[in-house]
Amino acid sequence: MASRASFWTTLTDPLIRQNPVTLQILGICSALAVTTTLATAVTMSVSLTVVLTLAAGIVSVIRRHIPDTIRLIVQIVIVASLVIVIDQILQAYFADISRALSVYVGLITTNCLVLGRTEAYARYHPPWPSMVDAFGNGLGYSFVLIVIGTIRELFGQGQLFGAQILPLADEGGWFTPLGLMLLAPSAFFLLGGLVWVVRSAWSEQVEPPEHAPPLRPEPVE
Amino acid sequence: MAGTDWNPWRRLLALPNTSRTKTIVVAFLVSAMCALFVSGATVLLRPIQTANRAAEEQARIADLVQGIPGMSVLLEQAGGTLSKVVIDLERGRAATDISTETLETTLADQANWTALEAGSDLAGLGYRPNYAQIFLLRDGETILLALLPVAGQGYGGRIDAIVAVQGDMNTIAGIAITQHSETPGLGARIEDRSWQGSFPGTLIRDPSGQIRFNVARTTASTDYEVDGITGATRTGNGITKMMRFWLGPDGYGPLINAIQRGEF
Repeated sequence: MASRASFWTTLTDPLIRQNPVTLQILGICSALAVTTTLATAVTMSVSLTVVLTLAAGIVSVIRRHIPDTIRLIVQIVIVASLVIVIDQILQAYFADISRALSVYVGLITTNCLVLGRTEAYARYHPPWPSMVDAFGNGLGYSFVLIVIGTIRELFGQGQLFGAQILPLADEGGWFTPLGLMLLAPSAFFLLGGLVWVVRSAWSEQVEPPEHAPPLRPEPVE
Repeated sequence: MAGTDWNPWRRLLALPNTSRTKTIVVAFLVSAMCALFVSGATVLLRPIQTANRAAEEQARIADLVQGIPGMSVLLEQAGGTLSKVVIDLERGRAATDISTETLETTLADQANWTALEAGSDLAGLGYRPNYAQIFLLRDGETILLALLPVAGQGYGGRIDAIVAVQGDMNTIAGIAITQHSETPGLGARIEDRSWQGSFPGTLIRDPSGQIRFNVARTTASTDYEVDGITGATRTGNGITKMMRFWLGPDGYGPLINAIQRGEF
């Protein structure tokens, strides 16, 4: 019973309480790049979750035999191979989406989140909990991508999954798309807003200030 | 020494992780397994990927021809298919020893590519193939329509397109974008029908033979311009340069001249 409860926390902790993107600020480069439409955000989320879970499983299976000196290279080789295979599968069976994601699937390799989980968790835990943890982190990442992707596609193009939700002013409706939502900076703003919302609701996530601000400005000499 | 294990695998696993032998063997094994895995997936999936790309290009070409007014009737009269021709770009003639089937292997050889000098490389390609496959729609001997594949550097990466030119080789009949990586919602609107709709009827050269085709900043004001896309100036510039390069002397220029002289 205890073990089931701990699996459950391992799985659900990374969703919000320990969310890799909003708390640890990992993997945000891809969160910015692929969230212009919901379809690419979902594909990226699924690909990353699959890669992360498999990589954590494999690293965890051989964790006792990875020499310390080359552990990062071994992990990256495993992650990179999985990413290439996923990319090939996408190109073969989901050609449209693969074109939309272009180079970003390849960039899963360098996603700090993947290496972060294999290095910090999978190397010290048996395969099953490692995969649960990786899957949970994948879901946490997916959650953020899907939220940002929904906002950006809805307000940037008035669509969701390519279907027109808000009637465009060009075509006789009332909605004027916000061009900014399609550009990378808007993802920063939204991500910042999301971090603020999460940290307001879960105040234990707020980091203590690193420096005490001076009481009054120092006189200029 | 009854405990000595002669199984090399177990002896390897029993070595401490700091051992140099184990480090090298583990590195080798991991790379070998990953190499097998990756090559296996690539080889198994390649036929599906190639078929995907070919099917997609066919669909775009069919779409392009259907979109040109009056073309579907002509196409039916011609038997429903476009003829594929491999041409020698430099001489502007059909290539004699290369067919559409052997084109891919021919282009795999670097010797069949020409390096472009910085001054003439408008489209930012660096290299241009010496042979290209084009599509022609003929009525008897006269050419009604030529579909010319073009490529160039856009804002987010390479843009591949097919330009349809009418028999006079100076009036654009339509364009299809086959591949691009422009910003969604901005440059990616080059895929939209509404933008491509301003191409038909646009002229390429003025009567003196100078290429005048241009993507306008805003809306087209001359016969040689097509509408621009707001917020995607660099994509528009990319399209302008791509068209000027491919329809100019380093691209299909010799072919266009030959067709205009009635020699093709």
